[in-house]
Amino acid sequence: MSSKVTNIVIAGLGGQGVLTCSDIVADVAFHTALDVKKSELHGMSQRGGSVSSDVRYGAQVFSPMVPPGEADFLVATAADQVPVNAAVLREGGTIIDPSHIDESKLRNKKSLNVALLGVLSRHLQFSEQEWLAAIRRILPEALHEANVQAFHLGRGA
Amino acid sequence: MLFLSGDEAVATAAFDAGVKLGTGYPGTPSTEILECFESLGGQAQWSPNEKVALEVGIGVAYAGARAIVTMKHVGLNVAADPLFTVAYTGVSGALVIVSADDPGMASSQNEQDNRRYAVAAAVPMLEPSDSQEAYDFTLRAIEISERWRVPVLLRITTRVCHSKTVVRRNGDALPQPRAAEFVRDVRSRVMIPAFARPAHHNLREKLRQMAAWNTSDGPNQIVEGSVSLGIITSGISYQHVREAVPQASVLKLGLTYPLPLELMRNFASRVERCLVIEEGDPYMVEAALAAGIAVEGKPDMFRFGELNVARVRSIVAGDTTPEPKPVAGKPPALCPGCAHRNVFASLKNLDCIVAGDIGCYSLGVLPPFDAMDSVVCMGASIGVGLGLRHALPPEQAKRVVSVIGDSTFVHSGITGLVEMIYNPPPTGHVLLILDNGTTAMTGMQEHAGTGRTLDHAKTGKVVFEDLARLLGVPNVHVIDPTVDTPKFEKLVKECLDKTELSVIVARRNCLLAARYIREYERCNEQQGN
Repeated sequence: MSSKVTNIVIAGLGGQGVLTCSDIVADVAFHTALDVKKSELHGMSQRGGSVSSDVRYGAQVFSPMVPPGEADFLVATAADQVPVNAAVLREGGTIIDPSHIDESKLRNKKSLNVALLGVLSRHLQFSEQEWLAAIRRILPEALHEANVQAFHLGRGA
Repeated sequence: MLFLSGDEAVATAAFDAGVKLGTGYPGTPSTEILECFESLGGQAQWSPNEKVALEVGIGVAYAGARAIVTMKHVGLNVAADPLFTVAYTGVSGALVIVSADDPGMASSQNEQDNRRYAVAAAVPMLEPSDSQEAYDFTLRAIEISERWRVPVLLRITTRVCHSKTVVRRNGDALPQPRAAEFVRDVRSRVMIPAFARPAHHNLREKLRQMAAWNTSDGPNQIVEGSVSLGIITSGISYQHVREAVPQASVLKLGLTYPLPLELMRNFASRVERCLVIEEGDPYMVEAALAAGIAVEGKPDMFRFGELNVARVRSIVAGDTTPEPKPVAGKPPALCPGCAHRNVFASLKNLDCIVAGDIGCYSLGVLPPFDAMDSVVCMGASIGVGLGLRHALPPEQAKRVVSVIGDSTFVHSGITGLVEMIYNPPPTGHVLLILDNGTTAMTGMQEHAGTGRTLDHAKTGKVVFEDLARLLGVPNVHVIDPTVDTPKFEKLVKECLDKTELSVIVARRNCLLAARYIREYERCNEQQGN
């Protein structure tokens, strides 16, 4: 596989906005004209259980699923989901979990997911404007302000 | 350019093709197709179950229009009866049946491989590998259906349904749909034996022609590569193969029934080693070997679960060392405050033997409830509960209850209720209908018991307690199990103690759906005034 494909796994628990997170990352990549694939599972997993979603982008992406040991980033919205998903990370891959964020500074606690994307954004090639545009495209308008604040909190952290 | 899930891509293609009506029953991973089709402006409706959905679709296609019918893999079991015979009758318009299979059982009770249905029912089958192909193959399915006047199966799998990939629309690829019009064609459509016998011959002749077309002009693709290794594959497995073994020559099949055997034979003869890599059953490899094509399949351990890049690498390397068990995540659970919690706590207290069913409430099997003793298929709770009552000694039989959700009851519980009236066990029986006012498991879809259509408009409503009374059930109760749980438990106990038939409707709206339901009711009331 070409090393140019970037592999991101977002993991957490049902209701934490894991799929919203992967939608935003995939949307950023899609709007910068990259090939992108996003994979997720619906159904039983949404009843409060473990949820994970893969986003892969680059010049050409084949499988929508990140192979074990090949994720560049593991973003976990719950600390206890890091060990569950650790096998997906490549050697030297980056873990981004809630310890990166001072949650007391979040305007809305539910925006932790987007705050973690702010942390992730510092490692990726997309501009702040591209991220904010994706957040506004994916989330309903009523949530824009809180999530833009959360994104900035993570990006500045 | 769009960024769509496979489900959304199928819906978009159906809309672009001018599909007259989409029908189906919700089921992961197929549910979003009809919802998306409706949101684009298409006409879509939930049927009580997949059999009815397919029959409605057949009628649309007999009228000369284009129909799409969606379901999960196990739904095709329910729809199998019309499927096998519509293959004989053929269609005048287009009939596309979407079977969304779930290898790995992300949200299903089995991982049956519905390619077997294509063979068994003699219905051509297309298998897309990403959202672009989900779009393109939906159009191809309509084209094939109209050209050969046959129903067509579009088999998508969980990872195609729920992965998003880039899609380019191409709605002009098809001619405009014809206007619907009734044309009498008794010999084709009335399957009495005298007409069905020639229809079977006719069907086999169409399949022979399609197989030849599939070899020469089918939606298949060859990726030139090494002569030392060739791989025949289809669907999502193609994506894993391209990534795992980029150097291999690949024959990717789009129409996997009837198989293009001569194309496969030719491909296999040009490489030193030819592997068939397919998820699920060894369907293509068995067909190839039976045709005398020199191929090898995957080791049996890879028949279970989904394929992925790592597993494809192992298949190519012939590596059969046991795979590491994935770290167990947090299992799903009934939502905090869900009314089902009260029900299962009571059933546990009463030491019931619980014949369960398919839905969120299947989670009643897990701790702390441990209150479910069987889950087989949609609607089975009633028949299985009755069977247990017939066979068990009376002291055990009296503990048996059947537990079924509202949408599942509409789907295939009604015939079970008829059986209960017709063949009551000596100890009677207790049927609990857990009515949370929505199809919660699949994401809150409407059904005939909610009295609202797919787009939440007011329509006819099946009232469970009225139906039970009308059928002659002597004890029919409606109760909210959350208001006074001890009272609910007492009621179940009283019913269990009788040697009569009882139906208890435990009614409380799903917590997740409650505010939407209030909003729909408010809108519909306003429109009614």
